[in-house]
Amino acid sequence: MLTKLWLIPLLPFIGFVLNGLFGKRLGKAFVTGVALVSTFGAAVVGTMAAFQYHAQYPEGERYVQTVFNWFTSGSIHADVAFQLDPLSIVMLMVVTWIGALIHLYSVGYMAHEDGYWRYFAYLNLFLSEMLVLILGANYLVMFVGWEGVGLCSYLLIGFYYKTDYAPAAGKKAFVVNRIGDFGFLIAVFLMFAYLGTADFGLVSHRAAAGVDAWLLTAICLLLFLGACGKSAQIPLYVWLPDAMAGPTPVSALIHAATMVTAGVYMIARSNALYRLAPDAMMVVAIVGSVTALFAATIGIRQWDIKKVLAYSTVSQLGFMFIGVGVGAFTAGVFHLVTHAFFKACLFLGSGSVIHAMSGEQDIRKMGGLRSKIPITYWTFLIATIAIAGFPPFAGFFSKDEILGSALSSPYLPAGVRYLVWGLGSVAALCTAYYMFRLVFLTFFGDFRGTHEQEHHLHESPATMTIPLIVLATLSTIGGFALAWHHTLAKWLEPIYPKIEGRESEFAIANEVPLMIVATIIAAIGTWLAYVRFYKRGLAADESFAQSSPAIARGMENKWYVDELYEAIIVRPLEKISLFFWKFIDAIIDGLAAMLGYIVQGFGDLMRFFQTGNVRNYALMLFLGVIVFMWVIS
Amino acid sequence: MILLLSSLIWIPIIAALVLALMPGSWVNAIKGIGLFVSAAMFVVSLGLVTGWREGFAGMQFPEELDWIPQWGIRYGLGVDGISLWLVLLTTLLTPVVFLASWNTIHKHPKAYVIAFLIMEAGTVGVFAATDLFLFYVFFELTLLPMYVIIGVWGGKNRIYAAVKFFLFTIAGSLLMLLGIIYLVFQHYHETQLISFTITDLYGTAANLSSYTQALLFFAFALAFAIKVPLFPLHTWLPDAHVEAPTGGSIILAGVMLKMGTYGFLRFVLPFFPEATAKYAGVLIALSVIGIIYGALVAWVQPDMKKLVAYSSVSHLGFCVLGIFALNQTSIEGSILQMVNHGLSTGALFLLVGVVYERRHTRLLADYGGLAETMPVYAVCFVIAMLSSVGLPGLNGFVGEFLILSGSFQTHPTAAILSATGVILAAIYLLWLIQRVFYGPITNEENRNVPEIAWNEIGALVPLFVFIVWIGVHPNTFLSRMSPSVQQLLSQVQHEREHKVLQARVGQPPALSGQAGELAIHGGAR
Repeated sequence: MLTKLWLIPLLPFIGFVLNGLFGKRLGKAFVTGVALVSTFGAAVVGTMAAFQYHAQYPEGERYVQTVFNWFTSGSIHADVAFQLDPLSIVMLMVVTWIGALIHLYSVGYMAHEDGYWRYFAYLNLFLSEMLVLILGANYLVMFVGWEGVGLCSYLLIGFYYKTDYAPAAGKKAFVVNRIGDFGFLIAVFLMFAYLGTADFGLVSHRAAAGVDAWLLTAICLLLFLGACGKSAQIPLYVWLPDAMAGPTPVSALIHAATMVTAGVYMIARSNALYRLAPDAMMVVAIVGSVTALFAATIGIRQWDIKKVLAYSTVSQLGFMFIGVGVGAFTAGVFHLVTHAFFKACLFLGSGSVIHAMSGEQDIRKMGGLRSKIPITYWTFLIATIAIAGFPPFAGFFSKDEILGSALSSPYLPAGVRYLVWGLGSVAALCTAYYMFRLVFLTFFGDFRGTHEQEHHLHESPATMTIPLIVLATLSTIGGFALAWHHTLAKWLEPIYPKIEGRESEFAIANEVPLMIVATIIAAIGTWLAYVRFYKRGLAADESFAQSSPAIARGMENKWYVDELYEAIIVRPLEKISLFFWKFIDAIIDGLAAMLGYIVQGFGDLMRFFQTGNVRNYALMLFLGVIVFMWVIS
Repeated sequence: MILLLSSLIWIPIIAALVLALMPGSWVNAIKGIGLFVSAAMFVVSLGLVTGWREGFAGMQFPEELDWIPQWGIRYGLGVDGISLWLVLLTTLLTPVVFLASWNTIHKHPKAYVIAFLIMEAGTVGVFAATDLFLFYVFFELTLLPMYVIIGVWGGKNRIYAAVKFFLFTIAGSLLMLLGIIYLVFQHYHETQLISFTITDLYGTAANLSSYTQALLFFAFALAFAIKVPLFPLHTWLPDAHVEAPTGGSIILAGVMLKMGTYGFLRFVLPFFPEATAKYAGVLIALSVIGIIYGALVAWVQPDMKKLVAYSSVSHLGFCVLGIFALNQTSIEGSILQMVNHGLSTGALFLLVGVVYERRHTRLLADYGGLAETMPVYAVCFVIAMLSSVGLPGLNGFVGEFLILSGSFQTHPTAAILSATGVILAAIYLLWLIQRVFYGPITNEENRNVPEIAWNEIGALVPLFVFIVWIGVHPNTFLSRMSPSVQQLLSQVQHEREHKVLQARVGQPPALSGQAGELAIHGGAR
């Protein structure tokens, strides 16, 4: 299987083609079969390839397979090439297996939806593009997957196309991502212009061999702009909360576990460049920490169950960027993995809640669901404990490693280290707070929905609960297992090229005290949520709105960032465009007409020839030429 | 097949003559002949690819015949890597037009078919002529059928649009004619030979004062810039497109605009290498403005067709940018993008026409929710849209990537500014898709629109095939253009160096000019 790496993305692509072309006619059983066989197939083939790789390359060397030359033109040479190395294997396992689980979950969740075939066609295409993204051996192939997942995200966010909001959200996602992609593209131009290649290995090698610092800083910052788009960081995070308009399993797969983490993967992949450009790393770390806190504050005061999770995702992605930004790439990837476990579990759990509530997403109309949907409740609770960062659940290990590394990073000046750690710690407190608020409002207290909803409350079918149980288990033990004896760190070690003075691993000072602090922070957040929401329920939200109305309104309205962008970017641009069209174009036409009149005035002498018949003009033209020729010869 | 190119030109003309003699009431036979002949021409043109000599930079399939010997005018045809794909694009789009408009032309169908056949002949002639006079004849010849197409089968303001189209383009080409005559006269003055053969005239301008060179450069450049159209000469295009029938728009955008970009490559660069180097900045600046300006204006259009027309201004800006960045990658990307634009914008115009025939409106505001009534149509539209916004895996990406990454090496600022056009393209096209296809159906008339018909799908399929082909394996196309582009660039480079050398040695320009002339002639032949 190792020699057929292209088969891994190809399998779901075949699924996409089959379901896209025939799914509508051949019915649900066919669609389900194709979708599950192709995705589980990709997972199995991927796993086999990983084992073979490990057997053949126990040292973790890079295995590259060139499929064909995509294009060659002048100095630009781009291959369609795939690679396997420890980092892509980590991503491969997360993407294929969680992807397969979510496909399974979708079978139950989407069972009664129109466009079942369309849904699975898109989802398969997504998986295929995501695999291209993580298996690509150069920045261009990565970019193919990068834009491809963006397209699928657009299609799936707008899945409920008959509504007004879903297609608008899809468009917003695509456009905002394009802004990031612009940065990515320019970074690739820089690579081709100055390093002569976009191959991961060669780029790292040539960068380490010594190039101008400005070049690496520029490439890293531009790549990070791309990451900000795809991974929803300030200032480009605005599309992700809106993306919740898509079906819930899509939010779990694309907008929590896999696609949105692509930016983190990309930076980890480019670690050699970043380590040589500490200025760029500082930007990454600061943006990550600010995003982590900023999004968390919004998450505190949302009532749509999916919106809370969406802001939580933005915030958690911020943590991952802190990790890669301070030089703890392993920690960033670690959090990517554990986050995939617990956030997929939370989103699928929210889907199960919504399913039980007959489509209701407002937590103000929920409450007391604990006893009605116990499996959902327990798995949701476990994932919440994991994201809040209690030992020994998954999130504890990865988050702790990130914050600890932030304090000890050799890449950042002391002030920045404390700032990043401080912002991250407050964000961690908020995380525990908003997540337990969500749990208490949803699963505890009295039921606040309609009678009809209450009557319909039911636990989800096995296709939905099995993935929940699997993910909850991983959220419990996944972090511990990967941290035990530094399993993940050792596994990933080969992806960090040795660069003198720019180590990829550094000791975390005061690790044990920091762990205790982190646990206390999580406990405080949980306790605050308990005091307010377990005891008082929704009344706590109301009293907050009364005691500090300005802050409450700011949080509720997402600090008015969308409105700000609308006012300073979108509307001015629209005005300029209208001005160009209505004014500049009219002036050009006016000038042309004036020129016409001048020529006409001059041409009055020649009125004899002006018959107004274009064909005559053409004839005259040719005659004129011939006479001229005759004269000069 | 020695006369491959001639048959591409003359068989459509002969077919047009035959049709002219047929009674106009034989509608289906006339349409059938049009479709058959144009499809056959496409098959014949494939012979250019199968018989292609790989790695050869010069003209292939050459045909030479004295036409007006006393003036040195010859009937000379040939294609090289620069023109090959444009000829194929022409032969591909013509049957596409006939198929797409099979059921929609009720007024003078005979004249319609004749006009498009003559258009095809003229366009192939433009791309294949190796004689400047012949080129000019074809260049002007294509104006007439297009003028007629807009003026007869166009919309409400068709006469205004047709005349505007005609006057804009002829104004430019008259200046070019003066330039041609000056150039030929200068060549005669130097060598006592009168010739219109393009390769003979290479290097002629090198002996002129830089002031005269500049004048000639701009005489040619203006003609082609209007044709492209380059900002700020673009205002004829939206009017022409909006009024033109669907088929007219496909050919206008697909191949006619490319005569402008082709002209830059074939004439402006090799004739005036010095002036090109000197004034490339001006054209690059205008291209960049056009890319952004066209995209922004497209975004606020209430009319679908005008939106696509302004998007053409933006996309063609990329082509001109690539040409004047004077770099192997950017020029190859530019040629590829000419083909890409023909495919994707051709498909978009075709698709806009489909829904216009059914609803008789092109206003975005009149639509909404069409994905429900016309799902297959919606899928086709989305594919064409993705090709146009440059999704990797489809054709547009490769072209734009090569243009931008090539330009980045010589003009980084221009490339970065132009890359914002990629963001803007997503904005205006996704806006169109959202407005037309998504959301609830608010206008009851959209509830029962008939789905896209088989002939329309049939017309789209070949476009989609090439859209994917170029996206996945562009080397098929790039490898065949590469040697010619390389030669063009070295020619531009060589002459510039030659001039520099001359200046350094300090010889009297007239004398050394003559000598240099001969040397270059030897090289060019």
